[in-house]
Amino acid sequence: MDQPKIDPRLYQITILSGLLIYGISRLDFDIDAGRAALILSITLLTQFLCGAGYNLPKVDPKSALISALSLCLLLRANATAPVIAAAVITIFSKFVLRYNGKHLFNPTNFGIVFMMLCGANIWVSPAQWGAAATFAFLMACFGGLVVNRASRSDVTYAFLGCYLVIVFGRAFWLGQPTAIPLHMLQNGGFLLFTFFMISDPKTTPDSRAGRILFACGVALGAGFVQLVLYRPNGLLWSLAFFSMTTPLIDRLLPGVKYSWRSAGSISELSTPIKQRRMI
Amino acid sequence: MIRKTIFAATFFASVGLLGGLAYSFCGFYVAKADTKLFNRASQVVIARHDDKTVLTMSNDFKGELKEFAVVIPTPTLIERDQIHIADRALLDHLDAYSAPRLVEYYDENPCMIRMFKMEAGPSVGAIEEKALDKAKSLGVTIEAQYTVGEYDILILSAKQSSGLESWLKENGYRIPPGAGPVLESYLKQGMKFFVAKVNLAEQAKLGGAYLRPIQIAYESPKFMLPIRLGMVNAEGPQELFVYALTRKGRVETTNYRTVKLATDLELPLYIKEGFGPFYQALFAQHTEKENREALFLEYAWDMRWCDPCAADPLSADELRRLGVFWLDGEADSNGSRLIPQRPFRGAGAQEVFLTRLHVRYDSAHFPEDLVFQETADRQNFQSRYILRHPWKGTDECAEAAAYRKTLRDRQEKEAQTLASLTGWKIEDIRNKTGLDGIVIPKKWYQKLWE
Repeated sequence: MDQPKIDPRLYQITILSGLLIYGISRLDFDIDAGRAALILSITLLTQFLCGAGYNLPKVDPKSALISALSLCLLLRANATAPVIAAAVITIFSKFVLRYNGKHLFNPTNFGIVFMMLCGANIWVSPAQWGAAATFAFLMACFGGLVVNRASRSDVTYAFLGCYLVIVFGRAFWLGQPTAIPLHMLQNGGFLLFTFFMISDPKTTPDSRAGRILFACGVALGAGFVQLVLYRPNGLLWSLAFFSMTTPLIDRLLPGVKYSWRSAGSISELSTPIKQRRMI
Repeated sequence: MIRKTIFAATFFASVGLLGGLAYSFCGFYVAKADTKLFNRASQVVIARHDDKTVLTMSNDFKGELKEFAVVIPTPTLIERDQIHIADRALLDHLDAYSAPRLVEYYDENPCMIRMFKMEAGPSVGAIEEKALDKAKSLGVTIEAQYTVGEYDILILSAKQSSGLESWLKENGYRIPPGAGPVLESYLKQGMKFFVAKVNLAEQAKLGGAYLRPIQIAYESPKFMLPIRLGMVNAEGPQELFVYALTRKGRVETTNYRTVKLATDLELPLYIKEGFGPFYQALFAQHTEKENREALFLEYAWDMRWCDPCAADPLSADELRRLGVFWLDGEADSNGSRLIPQRPFRGAGAQEVFLTRLHVRYDSAHFPEDLVFQETADRQNFQSRYILRHPWKGTDECAEAAAYRKTLRDRQEKEAQTLASLTGWKIEDIRNKTGLDGIVIPKKWYQKLWE
C-alpha cells in the first residue's frame, strides 16, 4: 500500500488547529479557548488512561488530538458536563466499540451522535464558517490529499462525487440555479466531514470497492436526512448509521486493514493483520 | 383589471415609543432601535415546537389596499381553522421587548466611592364557477378559499408552474418576470401556495388604515422561510426580522452564518440624541463586514425576564396569541405579566425562549431559502449599547485626579468604538464629542483670587 513518508495526521492536526484558532478569534465560534483546552485535555487524558488500561506499550496522542480538535470545531454546549461526557465517550468508543480489530465508528462522529441520541443539551452549528474560511479550508483539504498521497482518499472522492450528484441533481430537477447547490457545499462543517471524518482509515471498509460503496451510502443517507426528512446534521447521522454496516461490507468485500505507521497506536489493539485479497 | 403587487414573504410593523425610563441593574434604559427604522421591512414570528409551527406575518405595505397581495409557499395544505388574524399590537410589543437598546450610567464621585464597575449582564376571496373552470384548465387547483378578517385567502396547488403563473397573472397578480422557475421549484417540493388579498368591504367594516398580521398554523418538519419568491426582481435588498419562539433554546440558520451583533460597548454621549441613525449605520457596517451573507442575532433571551427591559416581557396570553401553544393553561392564565428584570423560576414559568434575527438579503447573497434549527443554547444575549456620563464634580483627591486623567482616554476610546462600529469619520465624532464632562481643576492661585 502506498504509505506517505510523514504521518498524515500531523498535517491534519496543523490544519484543524489553525482552523480552530481562526474560528475562535475571528468567526466568533460559540467556544472559547478555555472550553477548547478542556476538550483537548479530557480527550488526551482519556486516551492515556484507556491506553494504560488496555496495556498499550505507547500511547500515541495524534488520533486523539484529531478527535479533540474535531470536537472543538463541531460540538457546542452551554454547560461543561455534556462537553466532558462527549470527550470521554469519543475516546471510549475507540476502545470499546471494536470489530475485528478496528473501531467501528469515527470517534468524533460517535461522540456527537451519542450525545444527540441521549437528548443532551448540545448542538452543532454547521454554517458558522463564512465563505473565506470555507474556501481556505477547502484548499487546505485538497492540499492535504496531494501532500499526503493519502492511500484512503478514495472514500473522500467517492463521497464527494456522490454527494455532488445528489445536490446538483436535485437542483437540476427542481429547476434551481447552480448558485443553490454551490451554496450548500460552501460549508466548513461539510468539508470537515468529507476530509477528516468519513475518510478516517481506521473505520472505513478495508477494500476499495467496499469504501466506495460505504461512501455512496453515507452520501445518500445524508441527502435523505437533509432533503427528504428536513432534519439537520444529516452527515453525522448518516455516517454513524453506515459505520454499523462496515463489518458486513468487510465480510462481503474483504481487503487489507489499515494501520497508521507510528508504533503503539490504538491499532496495536488489533488482532494480527490478516493478509486479504485486494479488490 | 386590478394589478396587485406581490409581496412574497415580506412583512412589517411599527412601534410606539415607550415613555419613561426603567431602572435596571444593567443601566437606565434610554432608547431602542426598533423595526420601523428600516424600510421595506417584514416581520415574521415563528412559534415552533415538535414540528408544529405557527407563523405570524406582518408587512409594511403602505400603498392602496386594493393593490395588496401576498403569495406564500407553505409546506402543507392550509385549512380554514389553521388561519387566524392577529393583533398587530402583539408584534409591536415583541419588537419593543427585543429591540437593540441604549442604556446609561452616571459615574460616581471617585472621592466618595470606588469607581462603579459594571457587572456584565448574563451572557446572555370569492371565486365564481367560471373562474374555477379556468383554474382547472390551467392545471391550478383552488384547494380552498376563505375570507378571514379583512383578507380573501386562496390555497392553491398546481401541476406546473406555468399554469400557476398564468392563473396568478390572469387574476390580477403582478408576477415579476423570472418567478416561474422559483414557483416550479416550490411545486416540485410539494409545497402549496397561500394567496391573500384584501377584501375591501371587510376592511371598511373594520376601519383602520393598516393590515393586521396573518397567522397560519401547520405541522411539518420543514423549519424554513421561503424568501426566494420575494427576491425575484426585488429592487435592492430587503429587511427581515425573524422572531423565533421556541421551547428549548436559541434558533439559528443552518445554511447561512448567524452572527451576534457587537454589544455592551460604550459610546459617546451624543448618541443619546441619535440612537436610530447609529444603529442603522452599525447594522450596515456589520452587513458589509460579513459580505452581506449573514443573519444577525439581535436578541436571544428567556422570556421570563429582561435586563434592562426595553418593554415588559410578553404575558402568557400574548405569547399564546402569537402561537405559543405549549404553555400549560394554568400558568399565568389571566394574562398577567411576569416579573421582569430578574430570572423567575416559579410556577408561572414560560418555557419560551425568544430569538430575534435581523437579515438584509438579496438574491445575489442569499441564493437559498432560510433554513433554521433550534439549538440547546439558552445563553441570554442582547445588543446593548452604553452611555457613561462623567462625574462633573470639583472635589479634589488623588482618586479624582486619576479619574480625570483617564476620562479623556475613555472618551477617545468611545469615539474610536463609534467610528469602528459605524464607519463614521473619527474627526467628525471627536468634534461632536468635544470635551464634555471634563472639568479642568483650578490652580491654587485661581482659587485664591476667585
